[in-house]
Amino acid sequence: MIGAGHLLHARSVPEQVSHRSFDLMCMAAAFVLAVHAGHLPWWLSAALAMALALRWWQRRERPARVPGWLKVPMLLILVAAVVLNYGNIFGREPGSALAAGLLVLKLTESESPRDARVAAAFACFLLMAALLFGQGLMATAVVALGLLPAMATWQSLEPTQVPTKLSRQLLPALVLLIASLPVTIMSFVLVPRLSSPLWGTSNGQTARTGLSDQMSPSDFSQLLTDDSPAMRVTFDGAPPPNAQRYFRAYVMWDYDGKSWSRADMPVVDALAMQSAGDIGYQVNLEPTHQHILPMLDLPLQAPAQSHMHADGEVLADKPVNDLRQYAARSAMRYRLDTELDPALRARALALPAGFDPRTHAWAAQLRQRFGSNEAGIVSAVLHRFHDGGFSYTLLPAPLGRDAVDDFLFNTREGFCEHYASSFTVVMRAAGIPARVVTGYQGGFWNSLGQYLLVRDSDAHAWSEVWLAGRGWVRIDPTAAVRPQRVSLGAASAAAGQMPWYQSGLLESMRNQWDIVNRMWNQGVIGFDALRQRGLLTPFGVRDADASMLTRLLAVGIALFGVVGLSWALWRRPEGDPALAAMRALERKLARAGVARGRSEGPRNYLRRAIRALPGQRVELDQLMRCYIELRYATIEPSPQSLRAFRQAVRNFQPHRVV
Amino acid sequence: MQAQLQHLQAWAERRLPALTRHRQPEELPIHLHRRRIYIVPTGFGLAFTVLLLVMLVGSLNYANNAALLLTCLLGASTAISMLVAFRTLNGLNVHSVRAGHATAGHPIDVIFDMQATRLRQAVRLDIDRSSVAFDVQGRIDVRVSIPTEHRGWLTLPRFRIWTTWPMGLFRAWTWSRPNVAVLVWPRPEISGPPPTLPDIDSRRQRLHRGEDLASLRDYRSGDSMRHVAWKASARHETLLVKDYEQPQARQEWRLDWRHIHGLDDESRIARLARWLGEAQLQGRPCSLWLPDQSIELGSGPAHYARCMSALALLP
Repeated sequence: MIGAGHLLHARSVPEQVSHRSFDLMCMAAAFVLAVHAGHLPWWLSAALAMALALRWWQRRERPARVPGWLKVPMLLILVAAVVLNYGNIFGREPGSALAAGLLVLKLTESESPRDARVAAAFACFLLMAALLFGQGLMATAVVALGLLPAMATWQSLEPTQVPTKLSRQLLPALVLLIASLPVTIMSFVLVPRLSSPLWGTSNGQTARTGLSDQMSPSDFSQLLTDDSPAMRVTFDGAPPPNAQRYFRAYVMWDYDGKSWSRADMPVVDALAMQSAGDIGYQVNLEPTHQHILPMLDLPLQAPAQSHMHADGEVLADKPVNDLRQYAARSAMRYRLDTELDPALRARALALPAGFDPRTHAWAAQLRQRFGSNEAGIVSAVLHRFHDGGFSYTLLPAPLGRDAVDDFLFNTREGFCEHYASSFTVVMRAAGIPARVVTGYQGGFWNSLGQYLLVRDSDAHAWSEVWLAGRGWVRIDPTAAVRPQRVSLGAASAAAGQMPWYQSGLLESMRNQWDIVNRMWNQGVIGFDALRQRGLLTPFGVRDADASMLTRLLAVGIALFGVVGLSWALWRRPEGDPALAAMRALERKLARAGVARGRSEGPRNYLRRAIRALPGQRVELDQLMRCYIELRYATIEPSPQSLRAFRQAVRNFQPHRVV
Repeated sequence: MQAQLQHLQAWAERRLPALTRHRQPEELPIHLHRRRIYIVPTGFGLAFTVLLLVMLVGSLNYANNAALLLTCLLGASTAISMLVAFRTLNGLNVHSVRAGHATAGHPIDVIFDMQATRLRQAVRLDIDRSSVAFDVQGRIDVRVSIPTEHRGWLTLPRFRIWTTWPMGLFRAWTWSRPNVAVLVWPRPEISGPPPTLPDIDSRRQRLHRGEDLASLRDYRSGDSMRHVAWKASARHETLLVKDYEQPQARQEWRLDWRHIHGLDDESRIARLARWLGEAQLQGRPCSLWLPDQSIELGSGPAHYARCMSALALLP
């Protein structure tokens, strides 16, 4: 270990940012652009990436400062571009667009270590800001990876850092991040959450495609090809079979010839129904920025902080802007509204005048044939869907003004929305009260995680008809055309029409992988103020308030501080075992009053010890010979003699002479 | 700004002696341990802490747990980097300090012999306005130059060992003033007369020539085996070597303090120093006669160093 010292040439402290530091800085900036690319306009992303690449190339090939006459117009163009695109420079989207641009501009003037440090810190901040746009597991992991080049930049700015392989340069930062995980988790759990925000957070949320309270064909086809998770459901007990997994969201009452819309029914505590086959379940709903809470058909009661309408819609008091969890109970078999209010009946029969004459004619014909046998009419229409040459497709031909006529008698192709809409129109035309219900159907049962994953592509629309004596009955006309849609799910029903990443093996792998997303959602994103308060319930504290959490946090930090300090203070034992044993002997002798003086050789010292402790002359003499031999006789002492010496030192106990 | 900072530092040292506890000279080896390592955030570290606070408040306000997790991660790494900075200095040893040779007015090389069992990166040493950075693993010599003004013993100014490793967020440092003085040789005068050579010297010119045996001396490593006086050695404990008189190529100089007249002491020293330098350059043997001591005839770097040191130590 200790060899001949080699002379070091004084290395002066660098005043210029090295190429490697600059590369790392550019890498951090590239990460920032990548994680923000999702919400920046594409042309801004492209321009910034181009500017970054140009600057990187320029500093490498033509090292010179970027002149001021170039920097100032670039800044002005950036501000102008942001203002033109967003209208102002404040708020989440314009703010982060501006900041990402400023970071790239900052790199054009980063020549001193100080600038480089500031730029890397700014990159860290922007990485965090990217999480405000989406806090999924992958997004967070990518952002955390982006910290590596920023931290490596700081490290490379320290003196004596010679550029090595890039991976080696990133390694220390990775080690540091991993080492800080325990403290991170502890503080994440214990930092008291705010019960109400300090300032308004009602930023205009980007509209995620989700169910809407209007139903028109274009919305739905977009939804059916979107495979982002909509919700995850766990059931108390066995999950219901696929054919019964109908999650109702909106109930559409009003039809204007083109699209359906919901109606505000009175709020009720419980629905007027007789029910059997209750099932309890918990839902983790992804943010929708709407009020609606999808419920398994049919909900018994509204969950906390929400209310139920008479038609079975459940709306939350506040829009679902964050991941929301709720528990509910539903009835699998029911009779709903066996008595129908005349006003409601009229509403459930209303059709716009002057539309779809052929449909009306056909409905009247059916009415004539079946008389008061309404169930007969229903099954006749379903038979027509099944045998009348209808097909299921996500890309149907466009429909004309009389949409239902066109669909029923001309194009005969479409997806759930077309079937539910036209079926309901036929029912109403035939004098049977009917309404459209939208929601989700099916989903993927993750047997490993024991939960049901429902994606946006599982969105579905069906009908409810009111039959005398039976109340509202769920009829799914799509199932008549394509039974797989209900038994297997949307993806298999539309096989061959979905993008490649939603098909086959890959799809099933993605479904399995979703369990990790769910754990992330439940463990991290869903860890809100409420869950935090219940954190200490297992330890007998019912309600951990902010001061309690702060105290716990302080205790935790102190504990980790002790661990960290003992690590920092821990010394590796001396490299040379013979020397270490000699030190132990010195300590023993020092306790007996014979301390080794500075610059006193071992021979002199031990001779002095023999004079001071004449009773142990033999032992000490033996120890001295042993040590001299170990240290000076051979280059590499034999392990046996070494062990013998250490043993002898351990056994030696000085007797103090009086 | 700089002056104000120095003023502030001087005030702090006066009022807070704990900050500069190691102002007394101390013996080598100096072992850096927790009682003498101080650590504070750098300016950048403070600014970064403010940034972390902003991130914390922001993520709490938006109830964004992923951002909070990221903030906690950065904060924890920051805290650990503080420990790493401390660990970089803890256990470092300044084993010895050596000095090179320099005449007054020229910077003198001071070599610090550093030791550490594990790798310490980006350690810096500041002494008297010069600063070096180095990595320590095992044993390493760190060379710094410090300016000199006068001949004689120069006590090393206090020096600071510090580091901002790994991320420049924290600065760990320790002050030290080793009880070490380095010898600065006198500055030779720029120009002057050559030494006067008394007749007696030329008469005393040695008659010996190259092959003549002058004396026997102890064996030194590097001596040729052919020159060992085997017979004589057999009668002694150590090997003896036949010392041959070198051929007398140049006239030798006898440099005598008392032969320089009409000058004050410092000018005499400067003149002697110049003569010694010239003799060294020409490879001319010389002897030095000072009021309180005399150095026998000799030549070579060791002789030159001996003479210059004697001059340096004159009162």
